[in-house]
Amino acid sequence: MLQRLRESKSAQGTLLALPTTVWLFVLLIIPLILTLIVSFGRRSPDGNVIYTFTFENYTRLFGYSTNCANGQPSCFDPLYVNILGRSLSLAFNTTVLVISLAYPLAYFIARAHPKQRNMYLFMVLIPLWTNFVIRVYAWMMLLRKEGAINIIIGWIAHFLHIPFTPFEMLYTPGAVLVGMVYEFLPFMILPIYTSLEKIDLSLYEAAADLGANAIKTFLRVTLPLSMPGVVAGTILVFIPVMGTFIVSDILGGRQVILVGNLIQRQFLDARDPTFGSAASLILMVMTLIVTYFYTRKFGFGEEIVVA
Amino acid sequence: MNPFRRSPFVLTAAVLVYIFLYAPIIGLVLYSFNASRANVTFEGFIPKYSDRIVMEGSLVKSSPCGPFHWYCELAKNNDVAEAAGNTLTIAFIATIISTIIGTMAALALQRYNFKMKPFSQLSLYIPIVIPEIVMGIGILTLFSQFFGWVNETFNLVGNARLSLGMATVTASHIAFMVPFVALVVQARLQGFDKSYEEAAMDLGANEWITFRRITFPIILPGIMSGALLAFTLSLDDFVITFFTNGPGSTTLPIYVYGLLRRIITPQVNALSTVWILVVFIAVLLLQILQNRESKDHS
Amino acid sequence: MTSEFAVEMRDVVKKFITPEGNEMAAVDHVTMQIKNGEFFSMLGSSGCGKTTSLRMVAGFEWPTEGEVYIEGKAMGHTPPFQRKVNTVFQNYALFQHLTVYQNLAFGLEMEGAKEDEIKKRVGRALEMVQLTGMDRRKPKQLSGGQQQRVALARALVKTPDVLLLDEPLGALDLKLRKEMQLELKALQQQLGITFIYVTHDQEEALTMSDRIAVMSKGKIQQLGTPVEIYERPTNKFVADFIGESNFLEGKIKSISQNEASVFVSSINAEVVGLPISKGLVKGEEVIVSIRPEKIHIAEKDAINQNMFRATVTNTVYIGVDTKVFVDVHGAKLKVWEQNRISRLDPKSFYTVGQEVWLMLLPENTIVLRKD
Repeated sequence: MLQRLRESKSAQGTLLALPTTVWLFVLLIIPLILTLIVSFGRRSPDGNVIYTFTFENYTRLFGYSTNCANGQPSCFDPLYVNILGRSLSLAFNTTVLVISLAYPLAYFIARAHPKQRNMYLFMVLIPLWTNFVIRVYAWMMLLRKEGAINIIIGWIAHFLHIPFTPFEMLYTPGAVLVGMVYEFLPFMILPIYTSLEKIDLSLYEAAADLGANAIKTFLRVTLPLSMPGVVAGTILVFIPVMGTFIVSDILGGRQVILVGNLIQRQFLDARDPTFGSAASLILMVMTLIVTYFYTRKFGFGEEIVVA
Repeated sequence: MNPFRRSPFVLTAAVLVYIFLYAPIIGLVLYSFNASRANVTFEGFIPKYSDRIVMEGSLVKSSPCGPFHWYCELAKNNDVAEAAGNTLTIAFIATIISTIIGTMAALALQRYNFKMKPFSQLSLYIPIVIPEIVMGIGILTLFSQFFGWVNETFNLVGNARLSLGMATVTASHIAFMVPFVALVVQARLQGFDKSYEEAAMDLGANEWITFRRITFPIILPGIMSGALLAFTLSLDDFVITFFTNGPGSTTLPIYVYGLLRRIITPQVNALSTVWILVVFIAVLLLQILQNRESKDHS
Repeated sequence: MTSEFAVEMRDVVKKFITPEGNEMAAVDHVTMQIKNGEFFSMLGSSGCGKTTSLRMVAGFEWPTEGEVYIEGKAMGHTPPFQRKVNTVFQNYALFQHLTVYQNLAFGLEMEGAKEDEIKKRVGRALEMVQLTGMDRRKPKQLSGGQQQRVALARALVKTPDVLLLDEPLGALDLKLRKEMQLELKALQQQLGITFIYVTHDQEEALTMSDRIAVMSKGKIQQLGTPVEIYERPTNKFVADFIGESNFLEGKIKSISQNEASVFVSSINAEVVGLPISKGLVKGEEVIVSIRPEKIHIAEKDAINQNMFRATVTNTVYIGVDTKVFVDVHGAKLKVWEQNRISRLDPKSFYTVGQEVWLMLLPENTIVLRKD
């Protein structure tokens, strides 16, 4: 028995991978299959699932409604399509903003003296180690009418003799965007830094030697070589932004509803798991499509693990 | 050409981003000393120490702990203590299990060929490419359907009924932590020179001794960083915990989230400050330890 | 000793699956017998199967077909830790997290040796490789040469029947490598252990070995003593791989008991009185191989046999020799002339375009079958 195991590399590998594979199968893959099954079901009056095979939840999600204003049997209700669109555009805007903030800082750290790099990186990580929920709360305090940002703008306005009335920044789409950017910024800085740090300094010398100026060197050497980091960072930012519901819940109040909020409410408030499951699957499909097209071009770098 | 040359643009941008990263945290800490119970505006520090808490409207005028009033209140808060205990218990158990099975999986994927290898490898990427909420509601559906079925079938009553709690949270945490451990360890194993193991076997060590005395010490730093990552992921997790916790398994993030939707007193700030401080000190200690170790090796 | 042979490979085949999914034989029906106490080398370029053969002896790989015997015992799927052979690895594979002492003690601990015995044996081994006093260092604190010695001592402290060495000197610089070659050879003679040595460096193999197996494409091309391999290569590959050779294609014109005349078409002349191996017949297409240092350049036609007119096309001075490139009726030949005289005087060189006579001595030529 032992001798046979010793000689069968394939049996050893299977045995070693078994706990993880079973665990992930039971708690990640079966749930996904269940979600798929439930999404074709119908809600019972007491909030349970009646297992049938209907596309009702999906048609409802994409705007088919029987609850129409002027007595028509069916009409288009853009409510949920708008939520999906809003989530996508927010995720897109967040990612672009995060890249534009993360890149200079990552570049700064990668070009810093090797002895100081660790400290600068450490400074990026500290905010990340405070809790996700606490970070949202911090912005709640900064953004509200009586918050620090209004106070500071008030001081400046006073100094410049401009009349200023504090305005409510909390519970706006802008607040949600700022919160998202803040939450996920470190996840972009780290992979970009990793790929920038890998670039051999002699490449810059070679580029300069071949007559490239600073801007050309950046565009033709630095940027292409750091693309794996940007790709990994984008995956690490875009996907969670699509699904997060706390940021919009706390900073957006009831004003900014994203697909994450929709799903959460179907499960906890509206008690319609079938519709929630359908929305959840659509969310998953959207993120997978984006990831697929994005990584197909640039590959799935190892930078993703570093963060 | 000085390779460490930086342009003023990069420097300015870096400073601004650091300010962006730290401003909320500084505000958070500052407000933990707020005299105002309502915690909307900063009404100054609590000025005096006294035997009893003296309030004037929503302002704390004096307290036995003085400016640290809210920290004392926090210390008296049993819910926080319980949530902190839950958070750490879950994080420890989930880290230990996910580190062990994740390392095993990494070894299998890096070293062996077997039938289900592509499937195993692919499943590691699920938590990275699928939003947490999708996993959260999926796991919730699984548990509620399965528990419902078991409770019905076996006519379980009272405490015997299966329900969401510490076990479900821990199991779910392991599910999303294992892939990160496995991927980190796998990345370290890629640079592992197999001839070390061959040398050990050549010198008479069997597979187990080779693993224990040679392979394990060499990949230990990788395992440690995987475990550390897993631990912080567990501490930080909100979404999965949100969907899988039940009575008695409230974690700190869930507790704070609950507070945010009700009344917010500076106690939340005090809690946040303590949290940041603990994490900061822990990480600093780890860094110092690591530095010392790497110095030993050089 | 239970067997005349320390190691024997009988018709061993090792197949691998390439990343593209094809089957490839890294070792292709190899048979060799390595005698007790012998310094045996496997020589070939990378991918020739020499390292795979060594790894099968060590037990890191198992043959797909055939069998490896150590001291007469069939090894089958015996794991490395149950074989009485030890290996010196190409990159040394010293355990970085252990000290030199711990590295050496590791193998003895595995045998279950007592602590004071380990101490004694490790001390002796370190003395043997002249590393006494280094026992508390970590491998990273040693120079490349010292690491190499630790690797050697770690394997030898186990007193193996056979020591396997996989390009152990590859990472050292030339001078140190030459010193270590002689040292290794001396050590082997002193200990009387069988050494199986894998290298791609022919000079190294020729310097140290009792016998050499020249390998290519998973097969043994020739197995023999250094002199046999160099002076009497049995095929074109060996003649070309070991040292350098001129090859002239021709046809056997006449044949006697052990001599043949070959008509070499490229120089349009007959070479006579060549020693031949068995099995060659009249009219057969052959290759005449001559080492460049074994061709003599003469000023004029002294003897009439086997002398050919040539034109110098280039000369290269490399210190020990001068390389003279000549053209014989369109056939390009190379001739190495030892610089026994000072070449400071430019007149001592052949000039490009100069007409010279080449003399081939029959005993320096080899007639090889064309394959």
